[in-house]
Amino acid sequence: MSGLSAITDTATADTVVAAVASARLRGYWGNVWQRLRYDYVTLGFLALIILIVLSAVFAPLLAPFDPNRASMAHRLKPLFFRTNYLGTDEQGRDMLSRLLYGGRTSLLMGILPVFAATIIGGLFGVVAGYAGGRLGMLIMRTMDVFFAFPSVLLAVAISGSLGGGMVNQLVTLTVVLTPPLCRVAETATSQIRGMDFVDAARASGASTMSIVFNHILVNTVSPTLVYASTLVSASILLASGLSFLGLGVSPPTPDWGLMLSTLRQAIYVQPVVCAMPGVAILVTSIAFNLFSDGLRQAMDVKA
Amino acid sequence: MNAQPQRPDDRGGRAQPMLIAKGLQRYFPIRGGILNRKVAQVKAVDGVSFSVLKGETLGVVGESGCGKSTLARLLMHLLTRDAGELIFDGDPVGVPNGLPLREMRRNMQMVFQDSYSSLNPRMPAEESIAYAPRVHGMARAQAKDTAWDLLRRVGLQPEHFAGRYPHELSGGQKQRVNIARALALGPRMLILDEAVSALDKSVEAQVLNLLCQLKRDFDLTYMFISHDLHVVQYIADRVLVMYLGQVVELGPVEEIYRAPRHPYTAALLACRLTVDPADRIDDPPLVGDPPNPVNPPSGCRFRPRCPHAEAVCEAKTPMLNEPVLNEPVSGPWNPHAADHLVACHMAHPGSGHSKAMH
Repeated sequence: MSGLSAITDTATADTVVAAVASARLRGYWGNVWQRLRYDYVTLGFLALIILIVLSAVFAPLLAPFDPNRASMAHRLKPLFFRTNYLGTDEQGRDMLSRLLYGGRTSLLMGILPVFAATIIGGLFGVVAGYAGGRLGMLIMRTMDVFFAFPSVLLAVAISGSLGGGMVNQLVTLTVVLTPPLCRVAETATSQIRGMDFVDAARASGASTMSIVFNHILVNTVSPTLVYASTLVSASILLASGLSFLGLGVSPPTPDWGLMLSTLRQAIYVQPVVCAMPGVAILVTSIAFNLFSDGLRQAMDVKA
Repeated sequence: MNAQPQRPDDRGGRAQPMLIAKGLQRYFPIRGGILNRKVAQVKAVDGVSFSVLKGETLGVVGESGCGKSTLARLLMHLLTRDAGELIFDGDPVGVPNGLPLREMRRNMQMVFQDSYSSLNPRMPAEESIAYAPRVHGMARAQAKDTAWDLLRRVGLQPEHFAGRYPHELSGGQKQRVNIARALALGPRMLILDEAVSALDKSVEAQVLNLLCQLKRDFDLTYMFISHDLHVVQYIADRVLVMYLGQVVELGPVEEIYRAPRHPYTAALLACRLTVDPADRIDDPPLVGDPPNPVNPPSGCRFRPRCPHAEAVCEAKTPMLNEPVLNEPVSGPWNPHAADHLVACHMAHPGSGHSKAMH
């Protein structure tokens, strides 16, 4: 009996050791996932984001109508008008179809510029933070020049000089989003650079490249990524604002900001239908914001 | 020193000091004004000379801000020196035809004080330790074996600790990982910059015992920087006392603790606390703060706080390598510097101080 219990004891101990070992092997991203797994609110918003992205990607399959097919007879119809479940716009086009297709533009405007700005700003930020001195000063003061303008004003100025169109809008948004990301990366880098483990790595004879990749970047990536995720909603809003002002994509391309702009004249006729693009922007922004909030918590590494 | 077999990488032989520092100097510029010009400089380390003998532990003591850590960083080449010379085991470091920096770093490593910032929060213990050997070209599997072996040597079971991140370790465990990392390249000398100061007393004692054990096991030489005079007395063979970027006294630990010859050392030793309530200290042995290292006093830097200060102390800077008792010049870097060196006019006969020995 005692022999048997001893055997089970060792077995349990072995399983525990194995479990601990497997827990150790997960690495950083595994640990982040472990923390996210039980954060149902964040997971819910992640699901919502995936849903929005999928609906935009599969818009041609999901949309009941051609988003550009107008109908003079059925302009500004209310919700659930026949098969136009979300009503129709000022040219009688199906709102649901236009919202699905508009998501493509808006999500593109939200994600692509942030992605580009993270890479460009992150690169400059890490260089400025690690090199410091004159080079760091030059980079950061240049960014400060862009910072001096309110972001909307800067976007309008750049967009205005480049002209409308989707590519120009993407460029504009990237330029506007780069300075804040650069600053976050610079702050994180210079903070990490002063830590003793970087000195320890230097004392071991490691090259600058090896130190940057093994010690600096891994510690800079998470604050930068978290900040970038909060910028997605800002970018969508900014893009909508530009389209609203006529500086973004041109009609009849469906875009949430542009739709909001053109429908605002009908706000007294069909208030609920006119608010629909705004609701789409709002829901997407909130989903990205709250998801990044949860992500920040999960990525928070104690030292 | 002792009858241990010579390490294969011992080039200079037992009698050659492990490290000789001559006239190390580092000033930090203070910039200001519109043009960002240099307006002043902090004399953090100002003409420091000493030697560390093979197999010994040299204790370095002094108030905070006296340049102990700057000295450590100069020795590790984490900071460049403005002037001075370093000789590692007979080879000058960082000069043409001398010992290359990379080679010196294999031989001399450092344990940092702050266990919070001295480990990469995104690296498990095993990787932190294996990093340096990997940098020096060791294969991944072999570096991992080295790391596991070192974890065992510092008293951490690798099965449990190899994969842990710094936030999953206690202060003492982190410091053990730090020590293991410093040993990963198989160095012959360790600079321990306040390596046990942040630990609580019981853990501090454990880590000190570990350091003594490792010193025997690996035939190491230590430079032990601390502000804790009790710890230095316990671990060091010789003591170097720093004040405001300069060495004021250097000698065997028993001798200095028994009969300090520099008034600053005497005051520092008088500050030691005991557990005996009868030995309560009521009068501060020393009042005031150290002077600003930007603009140190002329002559002896300790002069403004010294109870024995005289005119000569203001006029003349006392040198550490002043011949004692009319012996031939024996510099602080002298390999046979078992002697007790003091930078005080009172200890130098014929200096003109009324209390100087004759």
